[in-house]
Amino acid sequence: MSLPKSRMRDSFLRAVKDRMEKEEDIFFLTADFGSPVLDDLQQSFPERFVNVGISEQNLVNVSTGLSLEGYRVIAYAIAPFITMRCLEQIRINLAILSQIRPLNVTLVGVGAGYSYAVSGPTHQALEDIALMRALPNMGVWSPADSETAGLMAHQALDTQGVRYVRMDGHPLPELEPTPTAEDLKRGFRLAGVPGAMVAVISTGYMSHLALAVYEELEAGGVPVRTVDLMNLASPDIEALTAELSACRAILTMEEGFIGRGGMDGLLTTQLAPYLPKAKWAHAGLTPHYRFEIGPREELLAANGLAPTALADRVRDLING
Amino acid sequence: MSMIVKTAAELQELSDRFRRETLLIHAAAAETRVASSLSAVELYTCLFYGGLLRHNPANPRDPERDRFIVSKGHGSISLYPILADRGYFPKEELAKVCTSGSFLGGIPDPIIPGYETVNGSLGHGPGVGSGMALALKRKGVDRKVVVVTGDGELHEGAVWEAFLFAAQHKLDNLTLIVDNNARCMMNDTQNVIGLAPLADKFRAFNWYAEEVDGHDTGALCEVIGRVMASDFNGPRAIISNTIKGKGVPTLEADHLCHIRTLTPEQIEEIVGGVK
Repeated sequence: MSLPKSRMRDSFLRAVKDRMEKEEDIFFLTADFGSPVLDDLQQSFPERFVNVGISEQNLVNVSTGLSLEGYRVIAYAIAPFITMRCLEQIRINLAILSQIRPLNVTLVGVGAGYSYAVSGPTHQALEDIALMRALPNMGVWSPADSETAGLMAHQALDTQGVRYVRMDGHPLPELEPTPTAEDLKRGFRLAGVPGAMVAVISTGYMSHLALAVYEELEAGGVPVRTVDLMNLASPDIEALTAELSACRAILTMEEGFIGRGGMDGLLTTQLAPYLPKAKWAHAGLTPHYRFEIGPREELLAANGLAPTALADRVRDLING
Repeated sequence: MSMIVKTAAELQELSDRFRRETLLIHAAAAETRVASSLSAVELYTCLFYGGLLRHNPANPRDPERDRFIVSKGHGSISLYPILADRGYFPKEELAKVCTSGSFLGGIPDPIIPGYETVNGSLGHGPGVGSGMALALKRKGVDRKVVVVTGDGELHEGAVWEAFLFAAQHKLDNLTLIVDNNARCMMNDTQNVIGLAPLADKFRAFNWYAEEVDGHDTGALCEVIGRVMASDFNGPRAIISNTIKGKGVPTLEADHLCHIRTLTPEQIEEIVGGVK
């Protein structure tokens, strides 16, 4: 029996709608990207909902103007477009300006990684983690399930600042354990075996694949600590170091290009120096655009991202 | 809240003074873009002394202020002496532009009192200003948003997204002023990507549009004041026709004046005679 699945965006949007009912200083913008739950929000708050049309540059700039006048703004669009079509608007009006003037703007991008597999590279978000991470002051949040996404809506509304929330395009099961406020604060959620010598650190959809890697290794007698990394800009590195101090082999997994400053860059520069005894392997997408048509699993497998291949990389680390 | 009103002649005298002070800043800070700052001197002077902008130097973020965005940030070195004169910061700061420790850079940022947003990377003001205008309308705050762009800046696609948006939402509290000095960096604008007929373009976008001589202080105050106050149900554009490098004959005559730097000696010679 398969687990029930739900959409990150639905729980996020429901949480925002609940807050908009009570708090009048929340404004919602979309670049003509909708969903049934969003229709509900639009109808409930016609004065605080605007579809700016297919214009992500203006989406970001209008968000900035609204936020300068005191609104907390949620801006919603397809992930590659809300990060890359308007990169300079994000840099100037969110990253730079928020260092000088208080802003609360949350960019929500739907379609992380290969979510829109058969749409091809235009609609896939493969560089967004690295690009958003390159911007000082910009938060980069990556939920793995709808529970986490719902909590992130509250975190966004309750925290001054600017950030990008990277959401999957498809319904996914909830991961265990249910995320806590403390997890959100630290920027990661732990599962698996405490004190294990092997860890898998993953984000977003990859945290579901990490579960399969965990099960395969566990079945082979290798206990594994798993880390679902939610904060890809500024996780609590001290806490993460303490949790992983026993590790000798660490596999990282992300649905983005490898070696381009994504999550692997974060962990290599920020965490690895504190875990000198650990050997690392970074799994992700080969920097290469794929025009092959196929389901997400096929595209991932073509990048070596299938549970058995990933478990083999861990075994190589252990035996190497 | 301040809205000084001066006569056209007084505004011209002030403009002449601010033009000289702009040249003196440039003499000490060759990195500043002098030609595009000189074309907008009368415009900035009229906004801050002609009774057009509600502003409060003692509290630059006063909620009662009109919001003023200089989207052509690089071309607003001439605003520095105006802001100093109005009391946003001490006049002594004008001698420190582009020097270590100064908050007055070659391209202004909102660490400078009187600036709202990050400017100078072109094409951002119309969109951010539209967001501010929408917020003020939704909150029922009766204040204006004034955005100044250059003409070459209108080559940026994002401004046209904003123009469509402002018209769609009938942002009647938004006024765009184009400092139409007709030159971008490498050539006359019309030889690069022509904008004519610019006023008609705005009208076709459902904006109100009007042209004015941007070096005529009386006309600037009359047109800007009337257009800002008009009951037109939508955003309004004023095309302020100007001369890039205004007041310095060698710049006025030079199609490449955007990138020209005047030497301190040249400036000393001009400042005596600048009009």
